[in-house]
Amino acid sequence: MVQRLDYLKESPSQTAGPYVHIGLTPNRLGIAGIYPVDLGLSPVSEGAKGERIVLTGRVLDGAGMVLRDVVFETWQADAAGIYPANDPRGAADPAVTGWARVAADFDSGIWRLETVKPGRVPFPDGRMMAPHISVWLVARGVNLGLQTRIYFDDEGEANDACPVLARIEHRERLATLLARKVGPGAYSFDIHLQGPQETVFFDI
Amino acid sequence: MTQTQASQHGPLFFRDRDWHPAAYTPGYKTSMTRAPQRPLVPLGSTLSEETGPAFGQSMIGELDNNLVMNFTGQPAIGERIIMHGRVLDENGRGVPGVLVEMWQANAGGRYRHKKDGYLAPLDPNFGGCGRTLTGPDGRYEFLTIRPGAYPWPNHVNNWRPMHIHWSVFGSGFGQRLITQNYFEGDPLIPLCPIVNTLARQEAIDVLVAALDMNHAIPMDCLAYRFDIVLRGRRQSFFENRKEGM
Ligand SMILES: [Fe+3]
Repeated sequence: MVQRLDYLKESPSQTAGPYVHIGLTPNRLGIAGIYPVDLGLSPVSEGAKGERIVLTGRVLDGAGMVLRDVVFETWQADAAGIYPANDPRGAADPAVTGWARVAADFDSGIWRLETVKPGRVPFPDGRMMAPHISVWLVARGVNLGLQTRIYFDDEGEANDACPVLARIEHRERLATLLARKVGPGAYSFDIHLQGPQETVFFDI
Repeated sequence: MTQTQASQHGPLFFRDRDWHPAAYTPGYKTSMTRAPQRPLVPLGSTLSEETGPAFGQSMIGELDNNLVMNFTGQPAIGERIIMHGRVLDENGRGVPGVLVEMWQANAGGRYRHKKDGYLAPLDPNFGGCGRTLTGPDGRYEFLTIRPGAYPWPNHVNNWRPMHIHWSVFGSGFGQRLITQNYFEGDPLIPLCPIVNTLARQEAIDVLVAALDMNHAIPMDCLAYRFDIVLRGRRQSFFENRKEGM
């Protein structure tokens, strides 16, 4: 016998199911009167420093179907690369909360996120990660929330030096993490849960 | 945002992916087209996952954790129950200030959702969601209606056991978790394909809330206890270095 390690186990995940909007975005679903507003409507408020950007896209399954019942959350640093909460390096731009809850449109399946482009944040060894927005995604049929990141295709130099992107062995898959610039301050980013264009998901 | 206890910094414990359900679980059909097929890229936590959004008491309304009353102010129909417990991390410490959100079907097993066409009626006084922040020791409490079981299209004659959906935040975005609790004694638990996405019986067991007569209120409501565990954080003297060194 040896001494027991008295750690607890993380609660096992179960799918968010088809009715996830009741819990996370009830007003958007039309359940009014319980909460005045849904949480996470925007990761930035008036006066946030940095470049204003708009991201749009879709989430697709392995059959090429666009998901309508998907919710994901985003978490990002401010334009200077400081996280708005719990960052040991100090205080972030007060006009940035950094967190958003994004739901696909119930009809078109298109989602939209207005924010500021995040700054670079250090990897644990001190090298700088390229600007990115972290994504945690749940839906019916997803048994454990999926974690990925949105990088930007116009950040070539920073992307080339990013220690996280360097981990992606199959280089042709790197493009699945890059939001594509489609206009001034406008980016497009589709998430493929499965299939030939499957997005890179991380084990974090 | 103001909490500075040691447990809020440091790398996250590695996730035991054999303990969680696999992504691809043919018994639960929808997972078959939504499960990634390529291996996940191993990363471990960085500052992007070790930090996370903070929530304050000011955003929580007085009735937010009372699903019996929070929709119209008139009581919902069904069996009144208290759902309570603690949010802990894998180090066994209660985690304060955690935003806990939950949603569920009404007593008849019907959701207030345009996609739910089950023949059980909506309860005009039941909305179906609630939220709260954990206290200093990680405790939370809801008053609600015991949700009904309901049928769902998967294989023929699949029924969901009585359950509540739970969404929790830790202090790091990498701790983000959604799960469900079941209720002690429900014979539908072992029959459910979603429950059975969990490969290990011990993992199923920790999602079954126990009847807690010590917390029940005589002549008013029964109580069930459901503890939720978030990923822990590593703490080592060797890791008390400045970020980036
Ligand atoms: Fe459900």
